[in-house]
Amino acid sequence: MYLDYAIRRFGIMLLVFALAVSINFALPRLTPGDPVEQQLNQLVSTSSGSVGDVKAIVDSYRARFGLDQPVWRQYFDYWGMVLRFDLGFSLANYPERVSESIAGAMPWTLGLLGMATLISFAIGTLMGGLLAWPRAPRWLGWFAAPFLVLSAIPYFLIGVILLFVGAIVYRVFPAGGGFPFDMTPGFNWATVGGILWHATLPALSIVLAQIGSWAIGMRGMLVSVLGEDYIMLAEAKGLTQRRIFLWYAVRNALLPQITKLALTLGHLVSGAILVEVIFSYPGMGYRLYQAIQSKDFFVIQGIVLVLSISIAVTMFVLDLLYPLIDPRITNKRN
Amino acid sequence: MSGPVLEVADLSVRYRTPVGPAYAVDGIGFNLMPRERMGLVGESGSGKSTTVLALMRMIRPPGEISAGHVRLEGRDVLALSEEDLRRTRFARMSLVPQGAMSSLNPVLPIGAQFADLFAAHDIDPDDGHVAGLLSRVGLPPAVAARFPHELSGGMKQRVCIALAIALTPAVILADEPTSALDVVVQKQVLATLGRVQQDIGAAIILIGHDMALMAHFVDRIGVMYAGRLVETGPVKTVFRSPTHPYTKLLIGALPSLTARRAFQGIPGVPPSLTERPPGCPFQTRCPIAEARCRIEAPAPRPVGSDHLVACHLVGPA
Repeated sequence: MYLDYAIRRFGIMLLVFALAVSINFALPRLTPGDPVEQQLNQLVSTSSGSVGDVKAIVDSYRARFGLDQPVWRQYFDYWGMVLRFDLGFSLANYPERVSESIAGAMPWTLGLLGMATLISFAIGTLMGGLLAWPRAPRWLGWFAAPFLVLSAIPYFLIGVILLFVGAIVYRVFPAGGGFPFDMTPGFNWATVGGILWHATLPALSIVLAQIGSWAIGMRGMLVSVLGEDYIMLAEAKGLTQRRIFLWYAVRNALLPQITKLALTLGHLVSGAILVEVIFSYPGMGYRLYQAIQSKDFFVIQGIVLVLSISIAVTMFVLDLLYPLIDPRITNKRN
Repeated sequence: MSGPVLEVADLSVRYRTPVGPAYAVDGIGFNLMPRERMGLVGESGSGKSTTVLALMRMIRPPGEISAGHVRLEGRDVLALSEEDLRRTRFARMSLVPQGAMSSLNPVLPIGAQFADLFAAHDIDPDDGHVAGLLSRVGLPPAVAARFPHELSGGMKQRVCIALAIALTPAVILADEPTSALDVVVQKQVLATLGRVQQDIGAAIILIGHDMALMAHFVDRIGVMYAGRLVETGPVKTVFRSPTHPYTKLLIGALPSLTARRAFQGIPGVPPSLTERPPGCPFQTRCPIAEARCRIEAPAPRPVGSDHLVACHLVGPA
């Protein structure tokens, strides 16, 4: 029964995947203007020397990228490329492949945003749970208030403030980059330390901005769960407060939080483009920002495709996990 | 026989409200003998469920137990420490909840909800223990592996009954255990409750507003009105010769199988619990109220063998 369910969910994921690839194929072709011509015109207007016969160059580029083929042919070729993880070449840094560019940027984003999101989820959820728990210490409310205020400030603004205070006024943390310039990355503690040192401020700006919203969501859910009859019966049964809090209250209030976490993780890669830009962090967001600035169409297209796929995959994983987390999610169709 | 297993005296519960305290339970007292079945009836808001919560000491703020004594097997429940109270719950006095449909944790299998009960009371049950409990309430052992949403309402209530008898308590409080169930299942579940109660030798307090269902189940009945116990007595006596004006009207309102007549209600509404006018709480709706009833609140007085009525105007003066 679970297998049927998993197969069906997998089918849905494939459908989303196919749609994403098709839309990704169609969108650039629906937009007015020809990227190759634009790129060359830019080249002509900026370079002092002669570029030669623009028309011939355009044609040869078209043939090089397969743009002279009929649309249906291009479509199938595009599928072939996608399935081979071949997303073409970067226009801005020509010999570099889009797939390499993305592969180089992906771990930074996953590391920075993954950690920051998990940390803020863990702290925020626990804090929200305790805020709603009548037996929690009172000082927690005072402690939590600043985070609720911070959640009203956009994360990039917090990023700018942290950058100013932590890297410019006090010069404790680096102002940008993923690791020290003078370091050769390797599998050693110095590298890990350098990476963490550089990740501190960008991660902190995301964590500070998010904790409040996790806490508010969890507090609201926990308050409504505490009104449930099963909490009353648990108390009547003489269970310890700890058991009631963790296994009856938090366990049930957590379910919507986990959905939210999965959605956040799905949008991770695109979630904090501005933070990466502010801290010149070598992740997907910064790469996308650069690509948009330099009209690097294939890189933009590639990153957008990877984003759609990553969301589809997280949703699939969530669908697989959800019945295990909440047994009421039935696998049956009625 | 020994003394009462549960003694309640002058128990009051009030809720703090913006317009002053609301007395949901107002000085009630009764004794429950071992193995006795006592019923508490009354309309919505008369304080039945609040009484049960107060006996378990589970009144949450802004509510509080403002006065009274609750003695369970001689121990003062209201004076127990948090930890002693926790260990007393379900071990000596258990609860069959009102909302059977929603009283089980939806994300834990039934077996786990027995396991944490045993763990909380430091009991290491034998392998077949849960299966044995389930079979006593008429459920197959496979139910232990099920989640609450996989069971019917009647099955969930049976699970709750099995939980309530798991530690062989001396008193079971059953708060409208059948109100969420349909009529056929109601009878079966109540029969099960009665059978296991006799098996383990517990006394039971059954809360309800279905007088007919109550009449078949309990030995003694207490009628509540506006937070007070207006009449208590053996169920046969109270049904045959109701004495308090409220009980008279209540029993008069029961539909009859033999005589065809229009339904009768009791005109008026119960008094506000925050205002508490002096005198008898029933004075505004009472057909025989007189001047004295508006000044002085009546205390329960014996009018017969084991039969108490809180009314100035009835019984031996």
